[in-house]
Amino acid sequence: MNQYPGVLGRKLGSTQVFKADGNVANCAVVEASPCVVVGHRTKEKDGYTAVVLGFGKRKAARTNKPQAGQFKKAGVEPQQHVKEFRLPAEELAKYTIGTVVDLTAVFTEGQIVDVQGRTRGRGFTGVVRRWAFAGGVQTHGTHEYRRHGGSIGTNMTPGRTLPNIKMGGHYGDENWSTLNLKIVKIDTERGLLLIEGGVPGSRNSIVIVRGAVKKMGGKPKA
Amino acid sequence: MNTAPKINDLESVYLRKDLPSFRAGDTVRVHYKIVEGDKERVQVFQGLVIKQHRAGARSTFTVRKVSFSVGVERVFPLYSPRIEKIEIVGQGVVRRARLFYLRELQGKAARLQDKKDA
Repeated sequence: MNQYPGVLGRKLGSTQVFKADGNVANCAVVEASPCVVVGHRTKEKDGYTAVVLGFGKRKAARTNKPQAGQFKKAGVEPQQHVKEFRLPAEELAKYTIGTVVDLTAVFTEGQIVDVQGRTRGRGFTGVVRRWAFAGGVQTHGTHEYRRHGGSIGTNMTPGRTLPNIKMGGHYGDENWSTLNLKIVKIDTERGLLLIEGGVPGSRNSIVIVRGAVKKMGGKPKA
Repeated sequence: MNTAPKINDLESVYLRKDLPSFRAGDTVRVHYKIVEGDKERVQVFQGLVIKQHRAGARSTFTVRKVSFSVGVERVFPLYSPRIEKIEIVGQGVVRRARLFYLRELQGKAARLQDKKDA
């Protein structure tokens, strides 16, 4: 399980930056501030340790009373998006309830991160787009068989189509983690993270940025 | 231009004021820094601007020249720190912003009338 610190953010879009060597880095821009600490989950009380982070404004009138009570207890404004981040206990101690998470304390420039989000919905999609099937030949008398997937099984044995065969269907609008992206820049002034590579989701969608689980222990590259 | 004001704000630091303004049809000399191993040198690419992509800090322009009878096109990021300078050699008279029709033309037909002769 990913136990590296992270933040909640909003994908604003993409841009490019010029690196020190003059090359271009294509970046997604994630607005990740103010991300506030709403609460803690502790071993004694909850059986595990985690930090509860909130992001985005929410009208007080749109907040139900149980949730409003939790925000009031933490001394923060009502938050639109609330998410728990599992953390080791010593890491949890760095987060004070009611404070805004400092991006530079969580990430460093050049760090490798994982980004979770919800991909753009593509509706009912054929196999060529959804599974990158090659489709059929376009010529040599092909008749209404250009973007098909071909055979989906055998005849008598087993006499049925096996489960999990790749076919057309609903594509996108699923939770997705893109691993091993790089933080190019942290803009504390505007509260932005610039992440090189493809961040899942549409503009203004909510994403979770955490230290990379498979690389360098979520620490910056030496 | 980007629709998010924060991104435009972010990009504004890359905008350079020291470059001359030019348009499609102009002949330019682009002094471009090239890194070879650990050495850096400036290469000059002279040709005709056939396209400008205007997108804030992400703007690019395409320069076309014919080198040893082979057409060569290069896309430069306009605000790249590798561009040392851009010289405008001549201004052509053109009636469109994208001069892709020149790719089909050769020799005398591929010339443009200069603004000062017009």
